[in-house]
Amino acid sequence: MEIVLIGLNHRTATVELRERVAFSVEQACEAADQLRSRGILDETLVLSTCNRSELYGVPRELATDSAGAVELFLASFHQLAPADLNGSLYRHRDRSAVDHLFRVAAGLDSMLLGEAEILGQVREAYRIALDHGATGPVLNRMFQGALEVGKRVRNETEIGTRPVSVAFAGVKLAERIFGKLNNHRALIIGAGATSEQVVRHLCDRGVKQLRVLNRTEEHAVDLAARFGGEVIPWENLASALEWPDLIVTSVSGAEPILARAAIERAMGRRGNRALLMIDLGVPRNVAAGVGDLYNTYLYNIDDLTEIVEQNKKARQAEIPRAETIIEEQIEKFMHWQAGVAASAVLGDLRTKLAAERESFLHERMSSMPDLSEQDRAQVAALLEEFADRVVLKPAERLRGIPELRRKLQNLESLRDLFHLDREKP
Amino acid sequence: MTSPYVLSTLLLYSVSLALYIWNLREPSRMAGIGATVCLIGALGLHYLALLERSRLIHAVPYDDLFGSLSLFAWLLAATYLVLEAIHRRQAVGPFVLPIVLVVFLLAHASEARPIKAPPAQGPLFAFHVTLNILAYSAFAISFVLSVIFLLQNRRLRDHRLGMVGWRFPALDVLERMTRSSVLIGCGSLAAGMTAGFIWAHRLQGVYWDGDPKVIVTILILAAYIGYTFLAQTAAWRGARASVLCILNFMFVIFSYSIVNRYLSHFHRYF
Repeated sequence: MEIVLIGLNHRTATVELRERVAFSVEQACEAADQLRSRGILDETLVLSTCNRSELYGVPRELATDSAGAVELFLASFHQLAPADLNGSLYRHRDRSAVDHLFRVAAGLDSMLLGEAEILGQVREAYRIALDHGATGPVLNRMFQGALEVGKRVRNETEIGTRPVSVAFAGVKLAERIFGKLNNHRALIIGAGATSEQVVRHLCDRGVKQLRVLNRTEEHAVDLAARFGGEVIPWENLASALEWPDLIVTSVSGAEPILARAAIERAMGRRGNRALLMIDLGVPRNVAAGVGDLYNTYLYNIDDLTEIVEQNKKARQAEIPRAETIIEEQIEKFMHWQAGVAASAVLGDLRTKLAAERESFLHERMSSMPDLSEQDRAQVAALLEEFADRVVLKPAERLRGIPELRRKLQNLESLRDLFHLDREKP
Repeated sequence: MTSPYVLSTLLLYSVSLALYIWNLREPSRMAGIGATVCLIGALGLHYLALLERSRLIHAVPYDDLFGSLSLFAWLLAATYLVLEAIHRRQAVGPFVLPIVLVVFLLAHASEARPIKAPPAQGPLFAFHVTLNILAYSAFAISFVLSVIFLLQNRRLRDHRLGMVGWRFPALDVLERMTRSSVLIGCGSLAAGMTAGFIWAHRLQGVYWDGDPKVIVTILILAAYIGYTFLAQTAAWRGARASVLCILNFMFVIFSYSIVNRYLSHFHRYF
């Protein structure tokens, strides 16, 4: 039960190559069908995201150089010359393939360490392959293990909790002050790309009350329309400050647009309710002294960048904990796989013994014509019982002692020892 | 202190505290569950320790200062557990459990001795004392929450969230938790005082015999009611309200120690 993995990702291939080797859902199903019908793989699964294309498979018994065959298939499927993929593909087998998949599911192999989307993508790829009937017991177990790894790593470590983008850091800070954001109001000053990133995160976190101000009103209208917000004329900036709990500013200008006096007046009108201001403008849009006002929290782009850097380090520090979880889960999978393989060998051994017994009886009984049918049957039954004992006892021990399964590393040598080679399909 | 219930309670509170701290430093589902389970176990054993003390002194367990401290610790832990269940936040545990442990140690530092002449008691007296101690426990929780609020507020204003800053509850949640604790405290204190007045009237024929403890307790109630109103106003909302809550709790400690020890004649334990 070999496992092979052939793939490329953001570290090994350029974006152009990744685009050419990407699989749509239909292509993933078609590739799975072809790999099985050509006898290259018994079980297949294609994991294709914007940063990686990976083909997982279980080759047929005794297939030789299945990884090479998968590589050739990958190139021909995407109408590439094999040389085009040289240096970009990575190959993993067995434990190494399991380790790779578990790291992918945990977010350790992602461009943004600990990102959560990959777990959903692994789940979706598995669902598609399962529905298509492309997976079997090995890949099913392996991908269920990967999903468990992803879930455990996210629950038991902080690898994905702290924000590592400036826009998201601002939103997470708002949650440190206000808790859930669904009943809070946000005022967005400036309708550029930076503001849009923050608005997207705010909407993801449940903010429903959104107002947008921009010097060029068309841009504000466009942003507000896309996220269900309301447009406020630029002239009403001073009066608009009373309404929000969170102000995000990102406009260009030599002078701050929010002076201390304006915020002080607004705070008075809003009964000193807490106000978070995220100033993403360079030069700064909010006057420096505003942060000293009671119940106001002011963060500029440098403050947020520093938080992001700290969080990146914190995520790095969580890697050993995630790796411990991955190791535990790999061991679990390897135990299971060793158990299945050992059971298969014992099953083959039992079949072999039954055949040997039949031939032995046939040979020996022909020289004992005096034996009655009843005696012959009794001898046959005794031999059958003996053979069963030889195989059943170890089988029971294998089922009961996981450690024993782990120790049985090289089951192929047992096959050689007992001449258990299966015929090639 | 040699009672197996007391020793095992102490052990479980300590393990629970260690797990809460571990969970705050390195969040782990197992540590979080373990901390709560140990706390529940400690509460069960602590209850048995209170019953044991009650049997030894032939009176309610809070009939002396040590017993009342033990009940205070038990109610503090129980109130925290309820808050943890409602708000699903464990970050406050490392700050509440040390108080529970210290008070429990103080309470059980001395051996329980049978009291000579138990005063006239009854269910009303039991309600009076239990509700008042519950109020003090709720005020203690609000004190801890206010301290956390001020720490977190300082971290956010100084842009130094650090490791635990991301794990503390949001300021808004802390404010709400503080207010609910204070409301529980005010309700319990008002009900407990009412029970006390009725009990005093039945025993002595007067509702109040001029004991300073009663005046101080009424002032504490007024101070906390004042807090609940002020915390909603523009001038006091936020950090100032938390400072006020902390000061109010200082008043509670004053009542529980100095007033009980030196000023009260009816509520003293010594």
